[in-house]
Amino acid sequence: MTRRLDRVPGFLVLAALLVLWELSVRLKWVVTPTWPAVSDVFATFWHACADGTYLQVLGPSLERLAIGYLIATVCAVAIGVAMGIWRRMYLLFEPLVEFLRPIPSPAYLPMAILFLGIDNAMKVFMVAFAAFFPILLNTVSGVRSVDPVLLDTGRTFGLARAQIIRRIVLPAAAGYILTGMRISLAIALIVTVIAEMVAGNSGIGFYILSAQRSFQVTEMYAGVIALALTGFALNKGFLAVERLTLGWHEGWNASAA
Amino acid sequence: MQSSVDLRAEIAVERVAKVFGSFTAIAEIGFEVPRGHFVTLLGPSGCGKSTILRILAGLAAPTRGVVLFKGARVIDPPPGMVYVFQQYSKSLFPWLTVLGNVEFGANSPHATRRGNAASRQECMETLRLVGLAAHADSYPWQLSGGMQQRVAIARALVARPEVLLMDEPFSALDALTRESLQDLLLRLWTELRLTVVFVTHDIAEAIYLSDEIVVLSSAPSKILARIGIDIPRPRDQLATREAASFLAYRRSLYKMVVGREEA
Repeated sequence: MTRRLDRVPGFLVLAALLVLWELSVRLKWVVTPTWPAVSDVFATFWHACADGTYLQVLGPSLERLAIGYLIATVCAVAIGVAMGIWRRMYLLFEPLVEFLRPIPSPAYLPMAILFLGIDNAMKVFMVAFAAFFPILLNTVSGVRSVDPVLLDTGRTFGLARAQIIRRIVLPAAAGYILTGMRISLAIALIVTVIAEMVAGNSGIGFYILSAQRSFQVTEMYAGVIALALTGFALNKGFLAVERLTLGWHEGWNASAA
Repeated sequence: MQSSVDLRAEIAVERVAKVFGSFTAIAEIGFEVPRGHFVTLLGPSGCGKSTILRILAGLAAPTRGVVLFKGARVIDPPPGMVYVFQQYSKSLFPWLTVLGNVEFGANSPHATRRGNAASRQECMETLRLVGLAAHADSYPWQLSGGMQQRVAIARALVARPEVLLMDEPFSALDALTRESLQDLLLRLWTELRLTVVFVTHDIAEAIYLSDEIVVLSSAPSKILARIGIDIPRPRDQLATREAASFLAYRRSLYKMVVGREEA
């Protein structure tokens, strides 16, 4: 745990860059309509916050993200557990996974549009597909790293295979699974924004791009700030959930070290 | 308790062999464990004692031969038997509290099949039995090794098994903790009329605990001798270990186990 004071220099760097930005405009180091004063950007940001613009804009984005992310999590954990437990499943799917995984998400966007159009289904698919792999790979590793003694403990108490998975394998692999989910959450946000920029007429990605195209430059920057804060909040929220479910894990790791 | 011993075999091991690829771990082994007896498998490290115990428990399949538990062939872990692992820290569930771990045993299929959907109160009583009631809300990793193994024993006992299979359960503990757990185990064995099959490479521990010791050779393991331990109970860490009979058993077993190793 870092102490509060340790964090001060990091925030000072951030503040200094913002001041530099402001000065660069006020002192006319940079004179261009594409580089507004940061104070103007924040004013626009506050205004858009207050009049509910961001609620309206972020709503559809967060909905797509949530649905895609949920689908990815459920599928990846289920398939990952199966691949982690049964070697045959692993051998069956591992080449496919290794082929699909390295493809950058934007590369299959054109295909997704061909098959699913430019509406929500395409965006949800994009998010789900991109978020799937980190959770899958982490789940496989997590399941494979479950100590055999734990599994034998389940067996000696008479647990059936499904009970061993639910009561032993999943909690034991929870640390890995949640790590994969955290990586995927960031990816899901990126892909949501990309999909919205490429096609569609709603969401934060669309908002930022259309602001740029209509030369509403301060709105564009303010939208990026809203997006940054959204990502920050999502990650913080995730960490809080992780601490809640994995409270035992930290102490356990510390005791093992 | 000896008077209540039922000499019918609770567990019968018949011509069991285990081969891993080209490595023969167990050549051929047969013995019985009468109900209520404390039987110890004693042998050098790597002699396949744990493999035998895993086969008894239904956790591993023999290559040849059968294990019978109350007359029925053991294929999967049968109800009525619980295995206690050497690596207690790996066997306890780190995401459950001490009480949670015991409740796992109480609510496990092998416990409920016998109509023992145990209450929290029964779990607390079992924790009291092993002297850990005050630590019910701790996590296993917050406890010492000896306490962790006591949690594992409580988790096993709350399922009300007839047989405890114990794989070097005290070998990772310091000497004083080990001796106090030996006495705890003997007390529980007597009070709960358990049958215990215990694995160790510690000769003195084997004598101190057992009614009978099955001495195994190194792999491919065979039975070198089955020795009944005729030392009165209750046993005492000082008096028993200083008794002439104890020392005589120790001498002859030492020659059998260690002398054989050197040959």
